[in-house]
Amino acid sequence: MMASLIFVASLATLWMFFVSYCRSLMASSSRHPLSAEVRDVTGIRTVASAGDYRRVMQLLQLCPERREERNKLQAVNIYHSFLSGTRQMFAWIVPSLRSWAEHEQAGCAYFAAVALDRRIAHNREMLAQQDNP
Amino acid sequence: MPGPIDLIIWFLGTAFELAFVVCSLARKSFLRYFFLNLYLLLSTTVSIGRFFILWSYGQRSGQYMYFYFYSDALLTVALFVALISLYSHVLGELTAGEYVKWGAVFLLLGTAGFSYAVVAQSANRLSTNFAYELSQNLYFVGLVLTYILWGAVLKLRETRTRLVQIILSLGLYFSAYAASYALLNFSGKFSMMRYICPALGCFLPLSWSLTMLRYTDESRLVPARLVAVPR
Repeated sequence: MMASLIFVASLATLWMFFVSYCRSLMASSSRHPLSAEVRDVTGIRTVASAGDYRRVMQLLQLCPERREERNKLQAVNIYHSFLSGTRQMFAWIVPSLRSWAEHEQAGCAYFAAVALDRRIAHNREMLAQQDNP
Repeated sequence: MPGPIDLIIWFLGTAFELAFVVCSLARKSFLRYFFLNLYLLLSTTVSIGRFFILWSYGQRSGQYMYFYFYSDALLTVALFVALISLYSHVLGELTAGEYVKWGAVFLLLGTAGFSYAVVAQSANRLSTNFAYELSQNLYFVGLVLTYILWGAVLKLRETRTRLVQIILSLGLYFSAYAASYALLNFSGKFSMMRYICPALGCFLPLSWSLTMLRYTDESRLVPARLVAVPR
């Protein structure tokens, strides 16, 4: 009885800290405006939607990666999968969870779009350096 | 002797602990986060000590058992002190430092007294039982304190990214540890479970090291964006 109580309480705090931790990782990119070409290529105008994530991730895979953002992207990817799982498993019990999870997934999509923007800018810079040594 | 997976997790954990100290030195933040560094340095030393004792006397020896439980209690107290130092960082501007110090001493002595009262009935191996009980209870107190600290971070609108991420990592670590211990009670000796607790031990220094590398003391964030469920 006691063990199950501790288990449930610790799962609840684990969920809360995990969500806040992922949000703190994404917080740095939330104020970063997207460039016009990333907006064109991803279809994100001002606000991203939950459905944009997969497309942006596919685009990210086409672009050579930057080492410094790899861990953050992995963490956000885990967060996105966790949100998908939460949506599928619990949305029928708590309907407000669906809109909350979609809002969070939109945040993940925007974070990925900002990462794409930074990758494109970085690669462009590298190319310019190669052209003008 | 532990298996290859146990050893890999052990070495990785020790490497991450050292990595944090190196990162803080490189980022000139060693003194600012002195108690976190002290805890991880102590943890590295204990890890090396445990390995040598294990190598010399074996896992089932009395020497290893005593060293393991006493060092575990010492490390838990060091982690508790590190957590209290984070309170000082967050509440530093409120000149509540003195209250925090006395509150921490009171809580530590209270937990030690409670642990002693629990194990006092059993005459056998009183001291090792006490060390084990103290570690367990301090972990639980640590989880509650981290939760309260997180509440203070949100209430005081703490904006320092590095501090916020260090506290969140600690919260994740304590919650996952408590959950895995409770799960261990259900699953008994299920083989996967024996790797989870040591693997969680790797998470905390790794996450702190990444935070130290990624952010400077000047990095700031908007605290309202961190609330799990916005009101």
